[in-house]
Amino acid sequence: MITMSQEQGGYLESFAQFENGAAGNGPGWLRSVRQGGIARFAELGFPTLHDEDWRFTNVAPIAQTSFQLALNGRAELAPRVLEPFRFSGPACSQLVFVNGRYAPELSWLQPLPEGVQIGSLAQALTSDQSLLEQHLARYADYQHDAFTALNTAFIEDGAFVHLPRGTVLQEPVYLLYLSTATASPAINHPRNLILMGDESQAAVVEDYVSLNGGVYFSNVVTEAVVGENSVLSHYRLERESTQAFHVSTLQVQQGRSSSVAAHAVLFGGALVRNNVHPVMAGEGGDCLINGLFLATGRQHIDNYMKVEHASPHCDSRQFYNGILDVQARGVFHGRIIVHKDAQKTDAKQTNRNLLLSDEAQIDTKPQLEIYANDVKCTHGATIGQIDEDALFYLRARGLAETSARNLLVSAFAGEGLQRMKVEPIRKHLEALVTQWLPQGKRLEEAR
Amino acid sequence: MLDIKNLHVQVGDREILKGIDLQVNAGEVHAVMGPNGSGKSTLALVLAGRETYEVISGEVTYDGNNLLEMVPEERACRGVFLAFQYPVEIPGVSNTYFLKAALNAIRKYRGLQELDAMEFLPLVREKMKLLEIDDQLLNRAVNEGFSGGEKKRNEIFQMAVLEPRLAILDETDSGLDIDALKIVAKGVNALRSPQRAIIVVTHYQRLLNYIVPDYVHVLVDGRIVKSGGKELALALEDQGYARVEAEIQSTTTAHF
Repeated sequence: MITMSQEQGGYLESFAQFENGAAGNGPGWLRSVRQGGIARFAELGFPTLHDEDWRFTNVAPIAQTSFQLALNGRAELAPRVLEPFRFSGPACSQLVFVNGRYAPELSWLQPLPEGVQIGSLAQALTSDQSLLEQHLARYADYQHDAFTALNTAFIEDGAFVHLPRGTVLQEPVYLLYLSTATASPAINHPRNLILMGDESQAAVVEDYVSLNGGVYFSNVVTEAVVGENSVLSHYRLERESTQAFHVSTLQVQQGRSSSVAAHAVLFGGALVRNNVHPVMAGEGGDCLINGLFLATGRQHIDNYMKVEHASPHCDSRQFYNGILDVQARGVFHGRIIVHKDAQKTDAKQTNRNLLLSDEAQIDTKPQLEIYANDVKCTHGATIGQIDEDALFYLRARGLAETSARNLLVSAFAGEGLQRMKVEPIRKHLEALVTQWLPQGKRLEEAR
Repeated sequence: MLDIKNLHVQVGDREILKGIDLQVNAGEVHAVMGPNGSGKSTLALVLAGRETYEVISGEVTYDGNNLLEMVPEERACRGVFLAFQYPVEIPGVSNTYFLKAALNAIRKYRGLQELDAMEFLPLVREKMKLLEIDDQLLNRAVNEGFSGGEKKRNEIFQMAVLEPRLAILDETDSGLDIDALKIVAKGVNALRSPQRAIIVVTHYQRLLNYIVPDYVHVLVDGRIVKSGGKELALALEDQGYARVEAEIQSTTTAHF
């Protein structure tokens, strides 16, 4: 029997090595942030089913695996191995991270507007210290979240995107995180920071892939600071191997009148936890949280939303659709917190689930905490199977049963995809989702 | 074309069709009329292949083949078309995509070349004009948010595109205003030909002013109790179903 302290012990040991190594040379403020992270992780330990926020997801498979800090294997990678994972849309900056570290030789950077920075966090930690000190680890809560604490302890690299006031990126920024197989289970802690000045606009895609299977753990934290009147479209794509563990947090700090869309398409991983935490700190902001999760086999995908209305006149919309097959398990936990001063909040949450097998399972839980008295909050969840009336209708028009079934599943998935407004990205995701569907290739041909 | 012999159908433990005999030849239009709950829609759905209805006995042949052995899509591919009483909403699937997929499935089954978008669109445009279908309706999801009239018109539009050999219209007239009814009738009449047969299932005589049937059958309590020409529909309109039912009742009693 492995005890909690043993589970944490390995991480404390790794941290000591990490500090003695490259990380030891970092600036003082960063070292204290990291130390704060590991100290908090030591106190918190991994969550259990007794934690309200983890009621439906047992992280024992992560806690009980002894992970080693991932080594950088990028030197051995030929650019062609990345080809299947490349974004095929219009020319845009594509940054590649191998086992959590930036790989400039595999990345493509396009010319950028004046003052825009897109690159690695490790680099920015030396070149833009004061900016980073001001923002890094200031938003993602490592006091209460063990995984964020762990990521914070091991902050080293990830993506850094910085838009000065008034800049608009026409093309998306594509961040590809690739993990290579290792002899023993590896862990990587990508840490991303997106800083958007007032009146700026960008679309950022985070795409997580496995090069060749194997057990490993991606423990990701992304902090985005969205300035006044700015527009951020963020996309998370999880398509790692079904042996991979993945926990990621998107923490968004929204300024006045900002507009954020946090999209997700998740169909990879053995055990996945997808945290999305926008904080609507300024008045008149809006956010759209839109996701699609597809799980089969014994996959487990947990979506935990925490939408914080901290200012008046903000709108939030959550739409998550889940499709679960075989013995897969899905979770949707949608929390909305309306602070005392956040009057005229308009918050809406919808979670729809399609179960394709008798043994697939979904837990869906809305959680509303409202401290203001003039707000509009609604939530709704549905769980259903393929609509037999619709199936018969399609067959009665000549569609074979399997095509009809696939068409209905793909239409259900399409609801979420249609809300993704950046067209090349939506098309990219549509193609990937179509491939996921049973006999998806045939369906693609039929279009 | 269609030959129904002594068809008995049940749902759960309840017998709904209690021995239907009906013969429909190519070129004919048959009206099946009857009060609520008489089994009209059951008959229509059984012919289209709905599996929730269990055929206990009897046979149905279509062009000499056993229709009851075919899955719904095979029936459709062989030319059977049901215009649904309650067309189903299918969010996320556009009308155009659906129609093209249906047409190509049918063409493929018949060994014909599948149509691409360039070939498909002119064909659709022509039928849209016939049924006064709006362009915008084509891009909307199948039946989603359609008014009752739009749904019914969409059914007939699909029929016009798919050009079935045997069309069964299940209460296509219910809930239509007179203008929509005329458009629907125009669509159906355009399809009349010596090679096709049409079965119009209806509660009201009104539609039959516009789609004039060759034969009228009265379905009461799972049996066809009376058959005749188009004048039978008018008699029903005047006297109501109660009169027919009473008539049946008395003849039945008289036999004993």
